[in-house]
Amino acid sequence: MIRSRGLNPRAREALYGYGFVMIWIVGFVIFTLAPLVQTFFYSLNQVTVSATGINLDYVKWDNYTRALFTDPTFVELLIEYAIETLVSVPIILIFSIIIALFLNLKFRFKGFFRTIFFLPVVITSGPVIQELTAQGATSAPGIAISGAVAEFLAELPRYLRNPVEYLLTSFILILWFSGVQILIYLSSLQKIDQSTYEAAAIDGASAWEAFWKITLPSLSTTTIITAVYTIITLSHFSENKVIKYIYGQTYAVEGGIGYSSAMSFLYFIVLVLLLAVVYLLLNLRARQELR
Amino acid sequence: MKLLRRDSLKSLFLGNRTQYGLIFNVMLYLLLIAIGFVYLYPLLFMFVTSMKSPEDLLNPMVQWIPTEFYTGNYLKAFRVLDYPTTLASSILISVVPSAIQTVVCSVVGYGLARYRFWGKNLTFILILATFIIPAQNTVIPQMLTYRNYGLLGNIFSLILPAMLGQGYKSAIFILIFYQTFLSLPKVLEEAARLDGASDVKIFVQIALPAAIPSYIISIIFSTVWYWNETFLTVIFLEGGLQSLPMQLSKFVQAYENLYPPGTVNIFDRLNEAVKLSGTFLNILPLLLMYFVLQKWFVESVERTGITGE
Repeated sequence: MIRSRGLNPRAREALYGYGFVMIWIVGFVIFTLAPLVQTFFYSLNQVTVSATGINLDYVKWDNYTRALFTDPTFVELLIEYAIETLVSVPIILIFSIIIALFLNLKFRFKGFFRTIFFLPVVITSGPVIQELTAQGATSAPGIAISGAVAEFLAELPRYLRNPVEYLLTSFILILWFSGVQILIYLSSLQKIDQSTYEAAAIDGASAWEAFWKITLPSLSTTTIITAVYTIITLSHFSENKVIKYIYGQTYAVEGGIGYSSAMSFLYFIVLVLLLAVVYLLLNLRARQELR
Repeated sequence: MKLLRRDSLKSLFLGNRTQYGLIFNVMLYLLLIAIGFVYLYPLLFMFVTSMKSPEDLLNPMVQWIPTEFYTGNYLKAFRVLDYPTTLASSILISVVPSAIQTVVCSVVGYGLARYRFWGKNLTFILILATFIIPAQNTVIPQMLTYRNYGLLGNIFSLILPAMLGQGYKSAIFILIFYQTFLSLPKVLEEAARLDGASDVKIFVQIALPAAIPSYIISIIFSTVWYWNETFLTVIFLEGGLQSLPMQLSKFVQAYENLYPPGTVNIFDRLNEAVKLSGTFLNILPLLLMYFVLQKWFVESVERTGITGE
């Protein structure tokens, strides 16, 4: 206090601000920035871990070219991941909006249904999902792969078949990622001014028109947030095939830390690209709607 | 008279301006129940299967209602998971880091909400970046460092990042507290400052008590996320503490250690009912917590205002 009395208020405020935030900045440097740079450094090396320590052998971009051009599975998994994410995101968002619209109505036992739709957020962990998928519990009841469906799938080209198969076998699982999104939509539905609807009704708008002209445009900012959240959650989920592959390669003889680090960075780049594409698309739409 | 009755009948079925009609209500409940059933289907399937005896599993007639009340699967899964020990360590590695993380994130969130300083926007961008960067981009150097210091398998490997605001999904909690403190009125804090209270004292005695709901929400969400996290825990706790999800992921191996396949009779072999009993035991503590605290969970978004505006 004595020292800060001499400072002007602006500098004093900044000083205390840094005081509060400093712990995070230190943590960021130690636990995020340094390991990130270190991982990038590893990705340019052939890394071997022995009892005496870590041996590095500088190989330039070899790990990257190997992942992109030599490894038969990595690029395939990466493309599969990108397609599956792009398929899942609209499903999750549309489902969340529908459920949020339902829960925004006035009826009894609303709390009960809200509890149900949020439940998966609490129990979703990698091993649990893996167990449920393995027992076939996550495919939509009734449309589990039957002979006819399998035949239809066999006709499709590979890159189309995988996402469709994924949709059929993991349909409920995809919906299970909607919990937080439903709540976010619900709270922004409740923020829409009710008088807008009344004014529209007086002007003769039907509920259908009101939905497309008032409700949906009001949700456009929220949709950007939920879309970004959804992509990140899906991409960080520990059952994600790319993540599992990278993890497996870390300890594999033919892989190693250098190689898996390179793949981690490629995966990160694809994730950022996905985020950018979805963000730009939705932002464009949001602007058009505002106009 | 007749006209009146027709009107009231009409409003009973089709609704009027103040309430929905019967037809609408019935449709609404039917739809919600149908969607709710599909949504919870994996859980129902898991529970029913876990109660089936080996005979019921083989009997194609038994779909939803087992013929007897059979708890054998649970007894086996209980032993395979080494339930009491694993449960205790699961609670330890989820509650302790999340409590620490919550306190640290609240301090950081307060600093961001109440003070103006150079580089604040950059800090925000970096906080969002930590949310986007996948764990595998930072985890290996950390793991190697922990190994050097002998912290691998120790709970400190989870506590240390949490202590410095880099715990699991820290960015979300910082944003929650940022929103919370931003929405609290500043008047009280300014009055206390005029009375000569120090900044730390203002935070601890005035801002913190007003933000208690956010603390509760952060701790329970963080606990749930730490509990369900397996990527970090598998790497950092290697050879040390074993959480329930970790134990579940090597269920087959653990089962065969207890009940070697060659030596047990056919009904004691590992089947899906035992596996699903293990899965159910795994989520049971979370389910209990959820139903006790469900108000805090489902009202979290409204209470903390984390929708971004």
